[in-house]
Amino acid sequence: MKLGSILKTGMVAAGLLAGAAGSALAQGAPIKVGVLHSLSGTMAISETTLKDVMLMLIEEQNKKGGVLGRKLEAVVVDPASNWPLFAEKARELLQKEKVAAVFGCWTSVSRKSVLPVFEELNGILFYPVQYEGEESSRNVFYTGAAPNQQAIPAVDYLMNNEKVQRWVLAGTDYVYPRTTNKILEAYLKQKGVKQEDILINYTPFGHSDWQSIVADIKKFGSAGKKTAVVSTINGDANVPFYKELGNAGIKAKDIPVVAFSVGEEELAGIDTKPLLGHLAAWNYFQSVKNPTNEAFIKTWQAFTKNPKRVTNDPMEAHVIGFAMWIEAVKKAGTTDPDKVIDAMIGIAVPNLSGGLSAMMPNHHITKPVLIGEIQGNGQFDTVWQTSGTVVAEEWSPYLPDSKDLIADWRKPMNCGNFNVVTGKCGGKGK
Amino acid sequence: MFFLRLLAGVSSALAAVLIAATALAADLSALVTNLTTGSFGDRETAVGALAASGDARAAPILEALGAGQLYLRKSDNAVVIGKPDGNQLALTEAISGKPAGTGSEAELDRVRVNNRLRGVIEAAVGSLTLMSPDPRVRRDAADSLFKRPDPAALAALDAAIAGEKDARIKTAFQEARAAVVLVSDASKQDKLAALEVVRDKGNRDALSVLQAAINGASDPDVKAAATAAAASVRQSLAGWEAAQNVWYGISLGSVLLLAAIGLAITFGTMGVINMAHGEMVMLGAYTTFVVQDIIRTSFPHLFDASLVIALPLAFVVAGAVGIAIERGIIRFLYGRPLDTLLATWGLSLVLQQAVRSIFGPSNREVGAPAFMSGAFQLGQLTITYGRLWIVVFSLLVFVTLILVLRKTPLGLYMRAVTQNRPMASAMGIRTPRVDALTFGLGSGIAGLAGVALSQIDNVSPNLGQGYIIDSFMVVVFGGVGNLFGTLVGATALGIVNKFLEPYAGAVLGKILVLVFIILFIQRRPRGLFALKGRSVE
Repeated sequence: MKLGSILKTGMVAAGLLAGAAGSALAQGAPIKVGVLHSLSGTMAISETTLKDVMLMLIEEQNKKGGVLGRKLEAVVVDPASNWPLFAEKARELLQKEKVAAVFGCWTSVSRKSVLPVFEELNGILFYPVQYEGEESSRNVFYTGAAPNQQAIPAVDYLMNNEKVQRWVLAGTDYVYPRTTNKILEAYLKQKGVKQEDILINYTPFGHSDWQSIVADIKKFGSAGKKTAVVSTINGDANVPFYKELGNAGIKAKDIPVVAFSVGEEELAGIDTKPLLGHLAAWNYFQSVKNPTNEAFIKTWQAFTKNPKRVTNDPMEAHVIGFAMWIEAVKKAGTTDPDKVIDAMIGIAVPNLSGGLSAMMPNHHITKPVLIGEIQGNGQFDTVWQTSGTVVAEEWSPYLPDSKDLIADWRKPMNCGNFNVVTGKCGGKGK
Repeated sequence: MFFLRLLAGVSSALAAVLIAATALAADLSALVTNLTTGSFGDRETAVGALAASGDARAAPILEALGAGQLYLRKSDNAVVIGKPDGNQLALTEAISGKPAGTGSEAELDRVRVNNRLRGVIEAAVGSLTLMSPDPRVRRDAADSLFKRPDPAALAALDAAIAGEKDARIKTAFQEARAAVVLVSDASKQDKLAALEVVRDKGNRDALSVLQAAINGASDPDVKAAATAAAASVRQSLAGWEAAQNVWYGISLGSVLLLAAIGLAITFGTMGVINMAHGEMVMLGAYTTFVVQDIIRTSFPHLFDASLVIALPLAFVVAGAVGIAIERGIIRFLYGRPLDTLLATWGLSLVLQQAVRSIFGPSNREVGAPAFMSGAFQLGQLTITYGRLWIVVFSLLVFVTLILVLRKTPLGLYMRAVTQNRPMASAMGIRTPRVDALTFGLGSGIAGLAGVALSQIDNVSPNLGQGYIIDSFMVVVFGGVGNLFGTLVGATALGIVNKFLEPYAGAVLGKILVLVFIILFIQRRPRGLFALKGRSVE
């Protein structure tokens, strides 16, 4: 009897304890945030920085008390620049770690590889890199630039300000440069540029011997018309390309090169003095002067303990994406993906270029476009920028396949590829 | 009366001169201030106005603006020229040229320029510096006028031609004058004569000027003559282009040779499939980076010698790692090629990640010493110094290696061990030690290659990966075990690649070369130069 009552009390106490622990868990358990960036392999050069910036953002948010009264916890995985591994790791993050949102991917092929996983498991992905467009998924928020937020303004700038009439479209041989060049070619032709004034050239990944191509560019440029190179050359191949340009004496005054994949990080590996005046189009430069940016650079350099560490555009995209996600979670009052996805649209947060960026119904954000010239110190000087922000065209109006498509993830349309001619969701153009 | 009148006249003339002089000074300062305000378009006008003032003080100001060295001091809005002096900038007042102390970037606002403005400045400075005492400056002035002909510069050019003593610069002036005549509204005869001058120049810039003349010609005779001149320039350039391709091929071949020659030893003579060979190249490149980093911070005056200092160090570092690999892993796997392949491949990943953890994933900057930057013209060929030195260096490495193998005791032991291991062992050669040294030599040479490749490729943990496939291709194609085969193979592949590239594109070109090698190996499984003799069996 006595033993029984003791046991009983013991069990009740244990139950109470367990209950208390359980509720403490519900209140205090950290919200997990997935970071899906390659930390080894070819893409590590670009993606490791993005992992670091996510860790910093999460740490800063935790200093402010986290969100919904809970701390945030980063779950970092390494997909090792291996595209199928991206899908596996995404599945691991969503199923095993049950993360509330994932920030990750760099190349388009890695995004395409994880896309079915996010759609199947209803996760949220923030994709921070400029890309070729032609996509809009309910589960992905694209915080990088679409072609009309980067490539087309850059071409306009060259055409109007530098009076360029002949165009070399040089890129690495994969989906982003091919699609971007297709859009640019259609755009240039619409502007009255003749076929013979366009030269398209593709090179393999990691191409290191640029002598012939630089000579070709020089040859193409000696036709008595102002010539420019529009470069979608990716990653490591840029360094030898710029070195060869510098050595061959191609100055920006004669043949300017405008690049869409070269930022402060890439320039950190080159002596930039011979590159003075070559251009890049982005939505953010480290050299942009405003208090938000200066504070961000300070925090970043303190976090990495390196007073020379540079910042770049995809980092800014993660800053914007993370701030938007925090706002959406606050608005929805939960981390439930469906509610957060609905809450995301219309949220506006300050970007680092000194304005506001808003999430649009097509899951892309509004951004200012900046054209910068490379300076001797590895930074960019902004020489032109849009007066306000530009809304992303996820489906390019210059491609016959996509010109009738729009994306709108608000109810009742709720569709990523709505054909305005047939009035049906899911249709490709004619 | 007359005297008084004269006096009045003289004094008023004097006064006018005085007023004009002060007005000029005021003008100049106003013109200079205009450079620093307004949009890029406004500044372009200001540059034109400043150049048109003809003031001798304008040229240095414009040059500073073009070089991004013109600043506005925040404290007093003075326009100053800042030249880097350590971490600070040494300042001079823009107009008076007086020293104005030093300042840091933070205290100054740099006057921004864009490409268009830089071009305008170059043309403006060009016409202002035609009379400069420095022959190089005069030549540059002529070149920039040739590229950007401006009809307003005609008078200045004529004066410069009349006063020029140096024959080569005089020719450059005359060519520039011809380019200017073609864009001006000169008579038909003048234009036809100018076309001949431009045609004789015969390079790409000349072609560009001729094309512009064709596009802009209103007179049919001028147009026909310009078309004929352009055709003749193009024809002569076509011959140069073939020569250029050969040079590019040799240059690519030398890079392949450097990357492959170490492998020719480890794979060719020892038969070890070393997938970590590329990482030895990478280690060499990182050694160069470390050497340059130390030199930059501690001994800046030694910078031009940095590569020479890095060479022995890279050899030692990569060689030591190579010996460690041989002693630690490979010696247990002799005769098991598949295991060696997997083990060395794993090792290559370990080395890459180790470097990534130590130096970070991003590219490291390795600068080019002065003797390796820039290019020179050989006829119409543009040859960059960097590439030229790499060709020379790869040949030096090759010759040294041949000498080591043929003339030194180590070389003798190596050849003995590869030809007949039991017999060499019986003769008292310590074969394990020779194995380790051979592997170390091959790896050390890969390290040397890394020093050279740091000049043309980016120094990142992935550096080696790009070369490993090409290296194996060269060694197999040239004939395993034959160093001359490697030399011929590398050069041949380089030249074939460069002749294919303009027609097939870089991607398809590479595929075609690969297909060609596969077919070739089908015909001659032992490569170009097969080893004969007992060792083969």
